[in-house]
Amino acid sequence: MQPISTKPTPPSDDKRWRIVTATMRRHGFRPDALIETLHSVQEAFGYVDDEAMRFVARGLQLPPSRVYGAATFYNYFMLKPQGEHTCVVCLGTACYIKGAAEVLEQLQLLTGVKPGETTPDKKVSLLSARCMGACGLAPVVVLDGEVNGMASPEALTAKVEEWTHHD
Amino acid sequence: MIEERPLYIPEQNIVLEHNHEIDPEQLDDYFKIDGFAALNHVLTEMTPPEVIDQLSRSGLRGRGGAGYPTGLKWQTVAKAQGSPKYVICNGDEGDPGAFMDRNVMEAYPFKVLEGMTIAAYAIGASQGFIYVRAEYPLAVQRLKNAIRQMEKHNYLGKNIAGTPFSFDIDVRLGAGAFVCGEETALIASIEGRRGNPRPRPPYPAEHGLFGCPTLINNVETFANVAPILRNGAEWFASIGTEKSKGTKVFALSGRIARAGLIEVPMGTTLREIVFEIGGGIPDGKAYKAVQTGGPSGGCIPSDYLDVPVDYESLLNLGSFMGSGGMIVMDETSCMVDVARYFMEFCMSESCGKCVPCRVGTAQMYQLLTKIVHGDATLNDLALLETLCDMVRTTSLCGLGQGAPNPVMSTLRYFRDEYIAHIVEKRCPAGVCPVHKHVQQEVSA
Repeated sequence: MQPISTKPTPPSDDKRWRIVTATMRRHGFRPDALIETLHSVQEAFGYVDDEAMRFVARGLQLPPSRVYGAATFYNYFMLKPQGEHTCVVCLGTACYIKGAAEVLEQLQLLTGVKPGETTPDKKVSLLSARCMGACGLAPVVVLDGEVNGMASPEALTAKVEEWTHHD
Repeated sequence: MIEERPLYIPEQNIVLEHNHEIDPEQLDDYFKIDGFAALNHVLTEMTPPEVIDQLSRSGLRGRGGAGYPTGLKWQTVAKAQGSPKYVICNGDEGDPGAFMDRNVMEAYPFKVLEGMTIAAYAIGASQGFIYVRAEYPLAVQRLKNAIRQMEKHNYLGKNIAGTPFSFDIDVRLGAGAFVCGEETALIASIEGRRGNPRPRPPYPAEHGLFGCPTLINNVETFANVAPILRNGAEWFASIGTEKSKGTKVFALSGRIARAGLIEVPMGTTLREIVFEIGGGIPDGKAYKAVQTGGPSGGCIPSDYLDVPVDYESLLNLGSFMGSGGMIVMDETSCMVDVARYFMEFCMSESCGKCVPCRVGTAQMYQLLTKIVHGDATLNDLALLETLCDMVRTTSLCGLGQGAPNPVMSTLRYFRDEYIAHIVEKRCPAGVCPVHKHVQQEVSA
């Protein structure tokens, strides 16, 4: 057994690293804390970049390749900063049957980016989801964390235009 | 938005009992629905083999989809050599169109945790994990809250209810990988690794989390445990069909008048579910199919609406119980397009470890894309069928083995729609690109 590592040195004196370190400590700096720790990085910083991955690798005494492998395997982890607003279109079966593809197409036209991308002015990130588990409200679009059921392209257009023009 | 629904046929609530009467964040409220009565009874008056015997005699089968007998699974883990042993609750509800487990975890967190605790006593585990999708923040919050309250009231932790039995539960978050619903991939994920499945055997019952004997059951399975031990195996076994006992929670959505969750006895027919409980198809449209079993399932046409729904009958129809999503489709949905939708899903969610799934799903997706664009020949269709067979029989895990199912079931019941796209270059439902090409030509 490798000796359990003590507190790893954070990449900067940003206080948010303490949250990440606390998560690792709660799990005794064991390798199985990797996914929980990546969640905590994303919660604190909004995304998981190379610097964070190297820090986590040192903290849990894992090869950086394994941290990178996990971070890129799981869709939930964002590797780049997200826009000021996020717009997630659910593409689950019920939403698909009820026209989610058209909704997504409309949003792509409006923002000029594809799912997974952020507008050049960093205002809006467009994302797609597998299923939000809100199928009774299909089609579903989540705007800044708020679930909007029975989404119509018109209402979405108004909202997204508000984001891109007025703030 | 959700209207009260008149009961045309009786729903029967075991999992979703007393729906509106309890606050899911209050342990005291859980007592109102006999909370922890089963756990207290089990810990003070039953031996672990007696608990397993009750479960076996109840006939409960895994609600995650495959329908493996729960009692038998518990017994295997109880007998397995090695320690410690683990209990895992699979709350990684990934099938699009399925939201039963989300609701159960949000509305009855104590019930799921009570089921897990009884399981731990029966198999001799001291640590449990409940693995929940990160996309379900409310479920995560309520489970964590429930665990804290149970610890405070000594229903979790050391010497539960004054007995020598000790058990802890931790929540683990998923991170958006569909394949992690597969049990060996889920275990890899809890161990902090990529969610790659591995060949079975050895099954998790013998070689699971950290190499130790591990019991994995679905959320709904655990939610059935306390009611069974409260009311007895005979009571549970009196509900349902010969081989499928109890009730099943289904998530109704798609082209249906009343979408939502229902709980019906096993053996209820699709017609009763779709037309009586669900209120039928809105806007005067005609029923075409109901899709069950998610990306590993199939589409069931109107000819089979009167078949009683249980594990075996759905398999015979070329579909799958799955976790309980039912997506209703009417004449405006194209079955080829639906098959392509699911293939895209499996292609993107394939973990890439085994070749048949990684490459096969991509090839099948391309063939289906050719068909919807009207560029395919009958040879392509034959190739598609060959690939279906190959991917089904040679993939490593359930994701790949099930991936051809939506294609095979739509080919079985809606072959004419494939032929229309390939030979007549038209989409009968008018949704595929081939239809739009033709329209452009006509207007030009």
